[in-house]
Amino acid sequence: MSAFGLSAAGVAVYFILTAALLAGLVWQLNRVFVADVMETLSAEMRTLTAIENTAEPGAMERTVAGIARQTNKRLYFLSASDGRKLAGNLAEFPPELAAGGAGGLFTYAFEKGPQAGERNAAGISVSLAGGGKLVVARDIEDQRRFVASIRLLALAAFALIAIGGLGLGILASRTALRRVESISDATRRIMAGEFSGRLPLQGSGDEFDRLSNSVNEMLVRIEDLMHGLKEVSDNIAHDLKTPLNRLRQRAEASLRSAGTADELRAGLGDTIEAADEIIKTFNALLLIARLEAGAVEETKTAIALAPVLADAAELYEPVAEEAGIRLFMGEICNVTLSANRHLIGQAVVNLIDNAIKYGRQSEPETTSGRARRDDRESRIELSLCLEHGRAIITVADNGPGISASDRKRAMERFVRLDKSRSLPGTGLGLSLVAAVARLHGGELRLEDNEPGLRAVLILPV
Amino acid sequence: MRLLIIEDDTETATFLVKALKESGHTAEWAADGVSGLELAREGAFDVLLVDRMLPELDGLSVIQTLRKEGNQTPVLVLSALGEVDDRVRGLKAGGDDYLTKPYAYAELLARVEALSRRSVPGEQQTRLVVGDLVLDRLSHAVARGGEPITLQPREYRLLEYLMKHAGQVVTRTMLLENVWDYHFDPQTNVIDVHVSRLRSKIDKAFEKPLIHTVRGAGYVVRESE
Repeated sequence: MSAFGLSAAGVAVYFILTAALLAGLVWQLNRVFVADVMETLSAEMRTLTAIENTAEPGAMERTVAGIARQTNKRLYFLSASDGRKLAGNLAEFPPELAAGGAGGLFTYAFEKGPQAGERNAAGISVSLAGGGKLVVARDIEDQRRFVASIRLLALAAFALIAIGGLGLGILASRTALRRVESISDATRRIMAGEFSGRLPLQGSGDEFDRLSNSVNEMLVRIEDLMHGLKEVSDNIAHDLKTPLNRLRQRAEASLRSAGTADELRAGLGDTIEAADEIIKTFNALLLIARLEAGAVEETKTAIALAPVLADAAELYEPVAEEAGIRLFMGEICNVTLSANRHLIGQAVVNLIDNAIKYGRQSEPETTSGRARRDDRESRIELSLCLEHGRAIITVADNGPGISASDRKRAMERFVRLDKSRSLPGTGLGLSLVAAVARLHGGELRLEDNEPGLRAVLILPV
Repeated sequence: MRLLIIEDDTETATFLVKALKESGHTAEWAADGVSGLELAREGAFDVLLVDRMLPELDGLSVIQTLRKEGNQTPVLVLSALGEVDDRVRGLKAGGDDYLTKPYAYAELLARVEALSRRSVPGEQQTRLVVGDLVLDRLSHAVARGGEPITLQPREYRLLEYLMKHAGQVVTRTMLLENVWDYHFDPQTNVIDVHVSRLRSKIDKAFEKPLIHTVRGAGYVVRESE
């Protein structure tokens, strides 16, 4: 059922209930009035019939005539056994009243004064022992009018409620519909390709605004992802095509030169090397994509971080030493958290690998004017501590570092700050670390180690 | 060695059969899971090479069925799915080793040879001997020509793995997986540096080197050149 249909049904039910309430009120009012009158009449009738039973003949006639003269509101009619009128202020026996003590409503003609005309009355009649009939009645025209005016008021109130309710209902649903329309318009525009489009907000903070806000946040995320995807595909185009081209050229070159078998063999070896490079890049890309899809949740177990760091340091210590860098463990705390050991290990290894490749001191032309320290020893310090319920893994070098403006970019896929690309690498190392961090609900930060780069991997415990 | 290749890609399978033959092994080929399972039940193979995604019956089901029937032939799982959790699933199903496509043939050959129980006598021995190099697995003592050699714990494990597979080519990835328990390729060739450190302790002072580099494949520990 549509929102409009639902509110219309609600309004209809409300109308019916209101009408029933008002009708009931009027009916009950009328009933109470009549019942009250009837009770008084019965009492009076008992008194009058008692007169007939105890007093001399003619007493009833006199009494009735006497009372009737004094009033217009109280109505009487006394007839003899032959139907002739003996006394009373009613002109005739009201035909609406059945004989024999039954009460009821009737109309009578009232001739006197400005109120002349047909008037309503309630009365009862009895057959007297002598054969005559006595009618005792009350003029209820005023009560009638009162009830009628109440009924009119009720009708007017109902009409007002109905019109007002209907109007408000239509207004509310039209406002809602307009909002829904504007939202679906915006959605259609976005679907049509205007990806930077957002749902309109009224700024009132109502349900629609809250909904639109959530959708907008989702759209931002989607746009980010799409942007990332586009960038990745552009980069894939570049970073896979270049080595693919290189591979092809090497194969072609060795084919063309067609020298000795040894030359051909060397050429093919080069070709395979180039293929391996492509595979490596491809694997790294796939892994990042899977991490970002969050597809590795199930493989998390409780692991102690210190051994993971120690293992990585142990693996890289000889490489670092050969590169003239001292790789050592700084402050190490005891931290256990739920994580994928292999991924954390790979992240730490990537950070160390980067520090060894790019954190070397002996490149004065790339230090961008930063004063080099007196001790020329290149160092990489690994540390692990626990801060505010988060594990902080730090890999800090004292090399040239990354300028503040480049730090964010360094974590993007395929970005290699080393313009010459003279050092081996896929340009995916830090992106992978960042993806691992995000998968574990943490983040990767690149900071200034003054001098050097400090890569900080933050993981919630 | 007698090998069975269960692989649905004809080109891959043909290449493997030919290459393995050139390496001195005989290989049979089944193109789908059902016929592969039948062949594996009948023949006495030393190692099975099973692709994960197969028509009729997938590779992991083939392995599970064989293991349920009590067939303990070593299995090398070949798969295009290479993530850690895929690996874990492959090994849980009863696979003994897991190799991700695309792979280098040298890597595959080294792993197949390492898997064959017949050719790994070193697994159960408490003393590994190659030439005049002796490694005692109980006391963790290493000596060459009677001279004791002091090794770091990781160097010891590296040598132990190499000697366990004496005469077989061991790839860098195998070392990384088995000695360091890392299932990814570090960017720089870190393994080489570790091996060269080990070499300096094992071979430097001696005339005849025992740790040899196999170009394009990895390392091998053996007496002869």
